[in-house]
Amino acid sequence: MVGAHAYAKAGMQSPWTTGFTRDRFILSQLVGRDFKNKYRRSVLGVAWSVLNPLLMMIVMAAVFSNFMRVGGDIPNFPLYLIIGNVTFTLLSDSSSAGMASIIDNASLLKKVKINRIVFPLEKVLFALVNFAFSLIAVAIVMIWFQIPLSWNVFFVPLFLLYLVGFCAGLSMALSALSVFFRDVMHLWSVVLVAWTYLTPIFYSITILPEFMQRLIVFNPMYQYITYLREILLYQQTPSLEQNLVCVACSAIVFAVGWLIFKSSERKFILYI
Amino acid sequence: MKAGVAEARDTEVRGGEESLAAEISSIDFSKREVSIDVRDVSMVFNMASERLNSLKEYFISLARGKLYFKEFRALVDVSFKVRKGEAFGLVGTNGSGKSTMLKIIAGVLDPTRGSVDVRGSIAPLIELGAGFDVELTARENIYLNGALLGYAKEFIDERFNDIVEFAELEDFLDMPLKNYSSGMVARIAFAIATITEPDILIVDETLSVGDFLFQKKCEERIRQLVESGEVTVLLVSHSVDLVRRMCDRACWIEKGRQFMLGPADEVCDAYEAMGEI
Repeated sequence: MVGAHAYAKAGMQSPWTTGFTRDRFILSQLVGRDFKNKYRRSVLGVAWSVLNPLLMMIVMAAVFSNFMRVGGDIPNFPLYLIIGNVTFTLLSDSSSAGMASIIDNASLLKKVKINRIVFPLEKVLFALVNFAFSLIAVAIVMIWFQIPLSWNVFFVPLFLLYLVGFCAGLSMALSALSVFFRDVMHLWSVVLVAWTYLTPIFYSITILPEFMQRLIVFNPMYQYITYLREILLYQQTPSLEQNLVCVACSAIVFAVGWLIFKSSERKFILYI
Repeated sequence: MKAGVAEARDTEVRGGEESLAAEISSIDFSKREVSIDVRDVSMVFNMASERLNSLKEYFISLARGKLYFKEFRALVDVSFKVRKGEAFGLVGTNGSGKSTMLKIIAGVLDPTRGSVDVRGSIAPLIELGAGFDVELTARENIYLNGALLGYAKEFIDERFNDIVEFAELEDFLDMPLKNYSSGMVARIAFAIATITEPDILIVDETLSVGDFLFQKKCEERIRQLVESGEVTVLLVSHSVDLVRRMCDRACWIEKGRQFMLGPADEVCDAYEAMGEI
């Protein structure tokens, strides 16, 4: 029998991993678990990740360009819609799931010493995987409407970095806060609805009253969605100013989330 | 390597308990390196006088200046050393602080005062359900659980068949865990935790699940680990018999205080004597 102690002596690989390798393995296993659970027993399986944003877009496009007429004068309205929608979905999915991640894994966190931060971060990664499938849907819409792909598409990874940083910050903060105050969980769903309407997903900022137009620039999601629309819809290179705003939002939210999580994680076990 | 395992199991079955006890008592642990060092550990929980689960309640109490906390001392100045290769038992009645002690040793709970030094890898026997996802198959759960325990992926790949064999679930590998009986789940948990020889194995009442055959198998496996002389086993149990059979030394904790520390037999006798009064 080869024991843990003997692995080192024999120059064999130790069964144990630590630090980053360990966290990475846990992350990949958890993302795999969520992925399998999401598509379990569905006939179309992973195709839903592409179909869902497409169908959503068709419904919203029908409603908003025929009945409510907020999208009438926006060129390529379906593409405008789907870009806004999938971006916001990444935020709402990752923050909602991330928020519950510590509480849901309570039994595990009470028994095993695990780097706790992997749980909220995993939910962001999982939402990112889904976002990647949504991008296929976006591509289909672009092909359908024959919208050319410019070299600006190389800004998409940068966009993802900004958005993931932002979502990770929120996810960490919410997961920690909800451990101490379960109210956060009820409140957040309301905040998300308000946030959806305050973000120009299905309308153009120009239909808003002037004071709202000035205020909305402080909505980070407006900045992120505009950034992606610039790249894919208008084939524009995002300005330096846009980049700086996005970097600042992500960095601040990530740092605050990290601080909230790290300063309170030792007390989690007393409350979960 | 496999032949070695079989051989070891054989001698064990033939050897029986007496020879093992004799063998263990012949080892002088006092000269070995310390693997778990618990020094004056106290754990105080601040129990809110009323349960404050919402922001509103919190602010109301805060505004009234009524945010009192009642102190609950779960552990008071507990100290013991467990040396490498020793099997150490923790006994005590329900709510005596055993599980709190275990959590502190496992590193998930920080003591209020005192310190705990743990040298080496810890493999906890996770209680039923924790860390498993019932919707996933046994195969997927073995990887998930292995990852959570800190195993390397290559290691699980390599030892996958051994785990399956030990848990006796060859035919059910691709069945979702929710269709398993609790005993079968316990088997997987045990197999994953003990497939390697950790430096420290924490066993917390896990043996009480599963049928008697599997309990016997688990005991054998733990004994095997104890026998190797390299694995430190920390056993927490209500069952005095188990502690007596498996452990060299034991610590009796009662109402958070350390009542007795010494050879497992003596501690168990004293503990049982309490019940007879």
